[in-house]
Amino acid sequence: MNAPDQGRLALDPARHGAAIALAVIVIFNLIVTPNFFQPQTLFVNISQMATIAIVAMGMTLVIATGGIDLSVGAVMALAGALAPLIFLSDFAQANPALGLIAAIGVPILIALCCGVFNGLLVSRFGVQPIVATLILFISGRGLAQVLTNGNLQTFSHPSFSYLGTGRVLGLPFQGWLVLIIAILLSWVVARSTFGRQLLAVGGNERAARLSGIPVHRVKIGAYVICAGLAGLAGLIVVAINSASDAARIGNLMELDAIAAAVVGGTLLQGGRAPIFGAILGAVIIQLVKYTLLANGIADEVALIAKAAIIIAAVYLQQARKE
Amino acid sequence: MSVTTAFDLRRHLRGGGHSAGVWAALAALILFGLLRYENFGGAYNISSFLNYNAMFIVISVGMCFVILTGGIDLSVGSVAAFTSVVAAYLSPWGIQIALPGAVMAGLAIGALNAFFVVAMRIPPFIATLATMLGAKGGALVISGAQTISIDWGSNFTKLGMGKAFDLLPWTAVITAIVVVGLWILLERTSLGRTVLAIGGGEDAAAMMGLNTRGAKAFVYMLSGGCAGLAGVFLASGFGAGQPLEGIGWELSAIASVVVGGTLLTGGLGSVGATVAGALLLGLVFNILNFENGRGVISLSAYWQMVIRGAFLLLVILLQSRLSRATQKELS
Repeated sequence: MNAPDQGRLALDPARHGAAIALAVIVIFNLIVTPNFFQPQTLFVNISQMATIAIVAMGMTLVIATGGIDLSVGAVMALAGALAPLIFLSDFAQANPALGLIAAIGVPILIALCCGVFNGLLVSRFGVQPIVATLILFISGRGLAQVLTNGNLQTFSHPSFSYLGTGRVLGLPFQGWLVLIIAILLSWVVARSTFGRQLLAVGGNERAARLSGIPVHRVKIGAYVICAGLAGLAGLIVVAINSASDAARIGNLMELDAIAAAVVGGTLLQGGRAPIFGAILGAVIIQLVKYTLLANGIADEVALIAKAAIIIAAVYLQQARKE
Repeated sequence: MSVTTAFDLRRHLRGGGHSAGVWAALAALILFGLLRYENFGGAYNISSFLNYNAMFIVISVGMCFVILTGGIDLSVGSVAAFTSVVAAYLSPWGIQIALPGAVMAGLAIGALNAFFVVAMRIPPFIATLATMLGAKGGALVISGAQTISIDWGSNFTKLGMGKAFDLLPWTAVITAIVVVGLWILLERTSLGRTVLAIGGGEDAAAMMGLNTRGAKAFVYMLSGGCAGLAGVFLASGFGAGQPLEGIGWELSAIASVVVGGTLLTGGLGSVGATVAGALLLGLVFNILNFENGRGVISLSAYWQMVIRGAFLLLVILLQSRLSRATQKELS
């Protein structure tokens, strides 16, 4: 758990389990689900999976410090509610280019501030992560609804919607975004000082502190990255729908993200940050949802299936440890 | 920390530590309300306040036991939604069937939590997150995602709408009985001591020969049962089973427990202070409603969420200072 060189290509049973699960789901779909082997299906799944993956990667960093971030869904709502407010404002109508930059930059900046808030509570004030991030979990969505007065904002803004509907080389834009973020983050985790410190803090916080690692700053960094990515995911969701409903953006996303991270091999005790594992987890979660939906099984049952996946993944982790 | 120190500390705290703050805040807020609003102390406000908050008090007390062992139960809101539907389906047979039936349903989900946490050794946070999803799905499946009306001809309606001895809502009376029973359980029985000892140090408690596994299984079942009862209150108060309700209830319950001075790391805390914490949270909203009514401020329901979060923040910052002081004393 304390070896910082894990989380990359090392083969381990937890990740094998996830890969096997993925293979089973894909084969099952190829046989059972009509039209599964179609480009359209691929596009739908990539664009849906991308938001889960982006948030799950941030969550992976937070969990690697031994923490958890319940506020990601609320931060998504906050960012997603802000963006249309900005690019629909008079200022943005007058200066489209500046307006677009502000509509993307300001919500992410606010999201980063949320991360600072979470990080400060967890590190400097020593509040348990579950409780610390509970605060924004409640008030973040509330704030988003206050900002929009609870209204659904619909819009038609092609350049902003590119975030969610654009194609690069035939594949959805946000799929590429996931890839870029993943490469960046896995470099950070494996090679940068911050990444090493992150894993050290998660592996053994006391030892990390004693060896002179700025534990507080590292933790704040993890929460800030996580919140920033959540903000980005919020923008993407809004861009996909060309509409923003503060009550719904990112609803239950914290569960999907945690599930994806855990399925991808992140230890809840901290000390490991398999970034590509999180993407694998996100793909599995998305495919399970899709499989059930495509075969006419109700959303509610999908919830129960998700619950079973989380329990199974953590149980496997636990069994491996003992 | 051994059992003895846990007990010494609790005695010390009762003498004016954590829980004193919540009682003082509660008294101050009540005084403020009485002085400022004409109808604040009126029978209508008191009984509707108690009726509405009964379900939150019940789940908070159940949550208190779980947190005392150092665990957490995130499934309470979904469980209450699930059992409110169960209660609504059972309501034609009357309260004597619907209430125990729904509580049993809650107990069953609590037992599932207990199995995950104790037998499978899955972290409580994850195990109860999974049952939260599962119970939510279950509630939607059995109700067809519709609210399920209760049988208005049965005596089930009396629970949420009738009054015991023309004075207090039945929900408040049942809640009082549950609270007193659980207070005795925690303070006066060996099971209660074991619960406190687990939070103080699980390994130490197990080495002393205490049945820690049994006690841990008990707290999750208790919390599930309490959530089941809250679901009965929910169905009776709204006249229908509400499969979509219960979102964020776990947060309110955790907040109440924390406000009551229970340490999230377990081992310290009390039933009484948790009830005070739940009342305090409820009272904040009661007073906000009165302010809205006076037209001084106009806060939408969305603001209430923001304020709830801000309140939790305040309490947590306060508690983090207090618990640091306690830890210094200990070491």
